[in-house]
Amino acid sequence: METAPKPGKDVPPKKDKLQTKRKKPRRYWEEETVPTTAGASPGPPRNKKNRELRPQRPKNAHILKKSRISKKPQVPKKPREWKNPESQSGLSGAQDPFPGPAPVPVEVVQKFCRIDKSRKLPHSKAKTRSRLEVAEAEEEETSIKAARSELLLAEEPGFLEGEDGEDTAKICQADIVEAVDIASAAKHFDLNLRQFGPYRLNYSRTGRHLAFGGRRGHVAALDWVTKKLMCEINVMEAVRDIRFLHSEALLAVAQNRWLHIYDNQGIELHCIRRCDRVTRLEFLPFHFLLATASETGFLTYLDVSVGKIVAALNARAGRLDVMSQNPYNAVIHLGHSNGTVSLWSPAMKEPLAKILCHRGGVRAVAVDSTGTYMATSGLDHQLKIFDLRGTYQPLSTRTLPHGAGHLAFSQRGLLVAGMGDVVNIWAGQGKASPPSLEQPYLTHRLSGPVHGLQFCPFEDVLGVGHTGGITSMLVPGASEPNFDGLESNPYRSRKQRQEWEVKALLEKVPAELICLDPRALAEVDVISLEQGKKEQIERLGYDPQAKAPFQPKPKQKGRSSTASLVKRKRKVMDEEHRDKVRQSLQQQHHKEAKAKPTGARPSALDRFVR
Amino acid sequence: MTANRLAESLLALSQQEELADLPKDYLLSESEDEGDNDGERKHQKLLEAISSLDGKNRRKLAERSEASLKVSEFSVSSEGSGEKLVLADLLEPVKTSSSLATVKKQLSRVKSKKTVELPLNKEEIERIHREVAFNKTAQVLSKWDPVVLKNRQAEQLVFPLEKEEPAIAPIEHVLSGWKARTPLEQEIFNLLHKNKQPVTDPLLTPVEKASLRAMSLEEAKMRRAELQRARALQSYYEAKARREKKIKSKKYHKVVKKGKAKKALKEFEQLQKVNPTVALEEMEKIENARMMERMSLKHQNSGKWAKSKAIMAKYDLEARQAMQEQLSKNKELTQKLQVASESEEEEGGTEDVEELLVPDVVNEVQMNADGPNPWMLRSCTSDTKEAATQEDPEQLPELEAHGVSESEGEERPMAEEEILLREFEERRSLRKRSELSQDAEPAGSQETIDSGSQEVLSELRVLSQKLKENHQSRKQKASSEGTVPQVQREEPAPEEEEPLLLQRPERVQTLEELEELGKEDCFQNKELPRPLLEGQQSERTPNNRPDAPKEKKEKEQLINLQNFLTTQSPSVRSLAVPTIIEELEDEEERNHRQMIKEAFAGDDVIRDFLKEKREAVEASKPKDVDLTLPGWGEWGGVGLKPSAKKRRQFLIKAPEGPPRKDKNLPNVIISEKRNIHAAAHQVQVLPYPFTHHRQFERTIQTPIGSTWNTQRAFQKLTTPKVVTKPGHIIKPIKAEDVGYQSSSRSDLPVIQRNPKRITTRHNKEEKL
Repeated sequence: METAPKPGKDVPPKKDKLQTKRKKPRRYWEEETVPTTAGASPGPPRNKKNRELRPQRPKNAHILKKSRISKKPQVPKKPREWKNPESQSGLSGAQDPFPGPAPVPVEVVQKFCRIDKSRKLPHSKAKTRSRLEVAEAEEEETSIKAARSELLLAEEPGFLEGEDGEDTAKICQADIVEAVDIASAAKHFDLNLRQFGPYRLNYSRTGRHLAFGGRRGHVAALDWVTKKLMCEINVMEAVRDIRFLHSEALLAVAQNRWLHIYDNQGIELHCIRRCDRVTRLEFLPFHFLLATASETGFLTYLDVSVGKIVAALNARAGRLDVMSQNPYNAVIHLGHSNGTVSLWSPAMKEPLAKILCHRGGVRAVAVDSTGTYMATSGLDHQLKIFDLRGTYQPLSTRTLPHGAGHLAFSQRGLLVAGMGDVVNIWAGQGKASPPSLEQPYLTHRLSGPVHGLQFCPFEDVLGVGHTGGITSMLVPGASEPNFDGLESNPYRSRKQRQEWEVKALLEKVPAELICLDPRALAEVDVISLEQGKKEQIERLGYDPQAKAPFQPKPKQKGRSSTASLVKRKRKVMDEEHRDKVRQSLQQQHHKEAKAKPTGARPSALDRFVR
Repeated sequence: MTANRLAESLLALSQQEELADLPKDYLLSESEDEGDNDGERKHQKLLEAISSLDGKNRRKLAERSEASLKVSEFSVSSEGSGEKLVLADLLEPVKTSSSLATVKKQLSRVKSKKTVELPLNKEEIERIHREVAFNKTAQVLSKWDPVVLKNRQAEQLVFPLEKEEPAIAPIEHVLSGWKARTPLEQEIFNLLHKNKQPVTDPLLTPVEKASLRAMSLEEAKMRRAELQRARALQSYYEAKARREKKIKSKKYHKVVKKGKAKKALKEFEQLQKVNPTVALEEMEKIENARMMERMSLKHQNSGKWAKSKAIMAKYDLEARQAMQEQLSKNKELTQKLQVASESEEEEGGTEDVEELLVPDVVNEVQMNADGPNPWMLRSCTSDTKEAATQEDPEQLPELEAHGVSESEGEERPMAEEEILLREFEERRSLRKRSELSQDAEPAGSQETIDSGSQEVLSELRVLSQKLKENHQSRKQKASSEGTVPQVQREEPAPEEEEPLLLQRPERVQTLEELEELGKEDCFQNKELPRPLLEGQQSERTPNNRPDAPKEKKEKEQLINLQNFLTTQSPSVRSLAVPTIIEELEDEEERNHRQMIKEAFAGDDVIRDFLKEKREAVEASKPKDVDLTLPGWGEWGGVGLKPSAKKRRQFLIKAPEGPPRKDKNLPNVIISEKRNIHAAAHQVQVLPYPFTHHRQFERTIQTPIGSTWNTQRAFQKLTTPKVVTKPGHIIKPIKAEDVGYQSSSRSDLPVIQRNPKRITTRHNKEEKL
């Protein structure tokens, strides 16, 4: 578990004040007598060698020519929690050079902590307190363990950095392709498919496979990394949208009349007639739900694991052709022609929320992977970024020359907008910050108007479907460099995929759990709790949890006479009563104070105001 | 027994005879003044008759104050004889006879014997038995409490319970069978033998072993018991002292004081006989104490004269003046001398230096010795505290001065020095504590030994201070070099501090600026109408201040929905403008507005939205219930409405619900409907120890699944509470299993001792 920190020559190690107090720990490689045997040689030199030999990362494009490598800022180390001044020496007399557990950076631990300790709890009994303490200790322990395992995320995101004063937006794809290694360069390609009209495209969840469908019926799926074609068919019908289901083996195609499902051989498996005139498709991977928005104004949820329609909701807003999902809470966002965006869950017949975003109709909606920001573009040519954390207020607004017809967020929060035949990409400061719309990060001109956009997961690649075919662009720093091998492994074999499928089905989340706050499941249903309490009181005829009435303590020397007992009781009762009165008065004051500043003096003519 | 009974009956008979004889005697004696009393008796009778008229027929025993004819046979009075009548006296005839002596003896024997108490009834006996049995078993069972608690709180229980046995044989066992063979080994062994080092048992030397064996369990227990007893005694004593202190009675205190004084005097006298020199000293002390007492009381208004004056002062001006004078004099006299306090200060300072020479360990030990008696400490700390408090301010600036003076140097050494200083300070504070205890010790012991009066104590204190002063004066000479530099160091402190203090706000300002900078970097576009500039970096800093109010204004603006949607947003200057558009931007924008206006001339998006929102708000509001019956109690018919008063009377207002989530968000409608399907998955009943839902929520907030946790953490979070080994018999827990010795039958597990209950339970299970 103990891993030696890198002996950074260029970066002097930061030291906490606390650490300076202690004697600097002696590293065992700092000894004068270096052990000669190769087997006993410690890690760091080997590490160094590794670093030198490590081949260039093939996956994410590193731009070497126009960039300087910036070191990741070193995280301040957490002071060791447990230290024993006299490190125990074994029989051999050797001392542990790193006593105690390895330090863990605080920020990383904080990232995994879920208990909000800032919220005050009501006073609890000793027994409850011990339970709470156990829960908190468990949380800390697990988050520390998780923080330690961050070490395994070896890959760093790529980036593009202009020389001083240079605008990265001016760097064109050709330059990037020239700079990167061959494997990465191979990820930039154009498919010239002028015959079958504007294309929609979709990457599978692992980022390995690409499916695209042209307006004029051309449907194809391929392993785009190896460029191996899986299937290519013409459905002889207009294709509105195309989407992979949970794995690359199944493909949903929204055709002119009905929704069809094909397998990776291009064989039609199902024709779902209950979903007709579908314009947009979204797949919710953890719920196994295929959400379809139709021309008839219905939002239909289809459970693909059992083949049942979970919910068909009437949005009552006319034709639906703008849809996206919030990957954080699986809520579907629909854009409407009256400038609103509505948020939907299959459990509710009405929208969870409705946000007025634009004066004109909404043309495109996208939500970032953390569920914090939503980008919308409307007919009023504006591009807005909304905060979805309860306020739903626009954080930034920009007017685009032609308005954006398509929007997409990348895994690391880059925003792409397709405007006519131009694609603009904006980047934020980090992963959790909204993209700043001041300056585009990259721009690219295509051979035709854009019709579909998607960032490829786990690859620094943006797929653009347009009238001229498909373009795969290199966008450094777009996606998550580290993938979860158990969750979505781009390199998985067929067997692994099948295994994963079974597990994913076992862990399927019920559709009715979709709500705005996905952590609501970890909360107590207060309303039914109170209802239950009320019923119990009715049933029993008394409140078993009520505070016992005050019973005066017996006193000696004649002070426990009946009169004095009554007096003491009365005193307590009066005190309680006074408290109540005081509280209610305070509330009244609050109300009055709130109500007062609503306006100036009421005029006599106010009564006529309608 | 039968003989006794006989004797008793005999006695009773004889008594009756005697009693029967008595009235005759009385008659004889009283016959003389019969005539005088006749009228009186009649009067008495009359009175009695009258008193009996009131209904309550109280039968009064005739009370005889004088000899009379009316003699009751039940009560015997011994009037006139001057002493109490004893039963034995009645036996005696006028002249003594020996025949009755045996009866008298028997009588006395009977009287000395007590009657046997009635046996309790059965229920009561059973109850007592039950109580005792319960207490006993409760006591026996209470020793299991820690075990039960431990098992309940344990994260995991593995059954069958096993005593942990060391799997690896200790090294001694391994080494015992090993012998030195090679010459080198033998040589080493020889060396070890010579130095009496352990050979077969390399871990412990004989000395260590002996030390390990030094105290057995019994000894330890005894010692503990002793300590406990001592502590208990001490607490009793404390309680007693406290109780006595609380007594308000002045008289009591006076008596106690006097008693103490007397005792002291007695002791003093004894001392005088035994050791005249010491007694002389003691005498001096007492005298001194008295003088001090008198001094402190001087010119206070407690004297006889003063009291009288105080009474007079109300009316007499002169008396008032005299009193004033006296009080002022008292103040003057009782004022503390400045010189003394200074010396005290020095005492504190010098003592530090003095203590430096003494190793810390010594002080600590002393502290420990005195530690367990905080009560004794408290009384004595008051005087030493002064010194301590005077020391503190002295030390703090000194410390600061150190820090500041060194700050000019490099950072590294400064830090080290700081650490050193801190340690120094800690040690000093420790020492101070020990100092207190040191001071306390002699005083406390004196108190316990003499239990002398307060005066003596105070006297002693004065003496000890004097002693200290002497000691210090000696020490001062030695340590004057030490103190002087300290004082010198003190001086520069305030001067150097000031610039630091002045600097601080500036630094904060810069920090704030930095923060703002950081904020700006993150949210550059929070301000909507911000002009887009290429070279913003340079302009950012001066802009900071005016930005803050602007933001607020914007927030207000946002609330206005109209503004919110129509605000002019800066347009993006893109490098690649879509091919269709080639016009100038402003013109193009105007065109667009025109186009949009044309396209959406009919529908006002905002008004529609507001209307929708209003409807939603209305729909979600709880409805009032109107219970008016038109025509009930007044005229009804077409066109007649129930009066406003009636309507008000029968309108049940719905309670106002919680405020809507979108109350302050004009552009949002958030549904207030509850997701019933999701609620079905939520917890609806609080589990046992929790009383509030937020407490329980905190315990379920961390996910346990392997998706969110590392494998290790997942395994730990999902360990089963109870693990049973398959194919093993799980026996009931025994005392030996948990480290108790099972000597008596009472230590057996409860279940075995209650076979009856077990059988019933078995029966129940069978039934099930």
